[in-house]
Amino acid sequence: MSADMNNDIIISVEGLSKHYKNKAGVIYALDDITTDIRRGEVLVIIGPSGSGKSTFLRSLNLLERPTEGTITFEGVDITSPESDINKLRQKMGMVFQHFNLFPHLTILDNMTLAPRKLLKMSDYDATQKALELLERVGLQDRADAYPSQLSGGQKQRIAIVRALCMSPDVLLFDEPTSALDPEMVGEVLDVMKSLAKSGMTMAVVTHEMGFAKEVGSRVIFMDEGKIIEEGTPSEIFDNPQNERLQSFLAKVL
Amino acid sequence: MYSFILANRVLLGIGSWFADKKDEFYMNFIKEDRYMYLVNGLWMTLRITFFAVLLGIVLGVIAAIVRSTHDKTINEMRPGFGKCLLIFFNAIVKLYLTVIRGTPVVVQLMIMYYIIFASSTNAMMVAILAFGINSGAYVAEIIRSGIMSIDNGQFEAGRSLGFNYIQTMYYIVIPQALKNVLPALANEFIVLIKETSVSGYVGIMDLTRGGDVIRSRTFVAFMPLIAVALIYLIIVVIFSKLVTVMERRLRNSER
Ligand SMILES: Nc1ncnc2c1ncn2[C@@H]1O[C@H](COP(=O)(O)OP(=O)(O)O)[C@@H](O)[C@H]1O
Ligand SMILES: [Mg+2]
Repeated sequence: MSADMNNDIIISVEGLSKHYKNKAGVIYALDDITTDIRRGEVLVIIGPSGSGKSTFLRSLNLLERPTEGTITFEGVDITSPESDINKLRQKMGMVFQHFNLFPHLTILDNMTLAPRKLLKMSDYDATQKALELLERVGLQDRADAYPSQLSGGQKQRIAIVRALCMSPDVLLFDEPTSALDPEMVGEVLDVMKSLAKSGMTMAVVTHEMGFAKEVGSRVIFMDEGKIIEEGTPSEIFDNPQNERLQSFLAKVL
Repeated sequence: MYSFILANRVLLGIGSWFADKKDEFYMNFIKEDRYMYLVNGLWMTLRITFFAVLLGIVLGVIAAIVRSTHDKTINEMRPGFGKCLLIFFNAIVKLYLTVIRGTPVVVQLMIMYYIIFASSTNAMMVAILAFGINSGAYVAEIIRSGIMSIDNGQFEAGRSLGFNYIQTMYYIVIPQALKNVLPALANEFIVLIKETSVSGYVGIMDLTRGGDVIRSRTFVAFMPLIAVALIYLIIVVIFSKLVTVMERRLRNSER
């Protein structure tokens, strides 16, 4: 990665807050978050359960509507009513904890549905692209299978390449390995590592600290809806400043 | 010796009973081709049911989509024309569901025939409309439960790829929902076949009316009405069996 690529901001988050009202009062799932994601960087988000990691990630493509603040993606304020969020989401892939493959479609159709219908790609082109990507993750022989016929690790690899079929500029991962049996975590992380190496911009919520250290360009530690500490992996893991981060790391490492 | 005579009498009695029934059968079904009342009536019943189910599914899907779209998105929607439209359609659908489910189908049928389509001479068409509109209100609930049973992650996956709300429903949610409720929809066919038996109220010669016509010609109620009941029963049993098979197939294909 060159230096100027590192300075190219792809997502800019400013004063992002999300409140939920319930009987007990107001929950601040996100409380005044400000940060940038640069092109080609792998941003890793860590923190205890309920700290707002998912809400933050899901706000980036507006699956959650923020209560306050702005999110600018490639120069466009996506929180403004005039922006076409469907168009913008085509450029922001998302990978979920529970894969969310479409069970009524084959693997190939899972992958080609969006490019065919949204990008108006021809069947042939979409299929070629899907098969290429399947080969990259070693699943080319499963093109005609249905999701229920795959293992968890295979499903998540498919979910990743399904997102890649849209040629997104950024990929969002919400705990992509948390629902997997331990022996399948590696195969998914390997795919993510090679994606990172290829220069893909990624925002990853994960409990895999090994991955964060090895692949992350920057790590954010969240607690109670706030960014408590932010830095390079070595700053966060080798020299944590905040007490809450220290006790969190003591628990997970 | 006495016992022989007694047995003979009994046999003769049974024999004449059979002869009586044979005559009754002849009079009710064979004479003047009266069985054709049942055949034509059954054909009418099946046609009305079939087209009413189709109409009911179309109306039910539309009603279910309006209702679940309203419930799912109204809190997130920005104020504007679209939101007003959705609130308006939702109110209409709610009214439709309340009125149809709150009144007897035979009253709906008569209102359609004698008031709304008073000038129409095509009673079958009116019956299809009446039963279809009636069925739609029940199908709507079936489909809505189907839509609600689809994991929200499916919906989010569709939206995150860039599909808008309608596309996500069309390509991802509805196909799965329909598959899940297919047995319930087939069941609706079974329910409707029996409900159409009130078609006679507007002068339609359906299966029930066919049996009744025979009864009015022969002044014997037993055979024609039992025959009608048996025909309904056989059809319902066959279709229930098919639904069971379908349910098993669908369950197997999940794995
Ligand atoms: N739909 C919701 N309604 C009310 N509270 C919610 C909702 N979604 C999330 N929250 C709350 O927001 C906080 C942050 O949740 P989340 O972002 O899922 O945390 P994390 O992903 O870090 O575990 C939690 O306290 C959670 O209970
Ligand atoms: Mg989470």
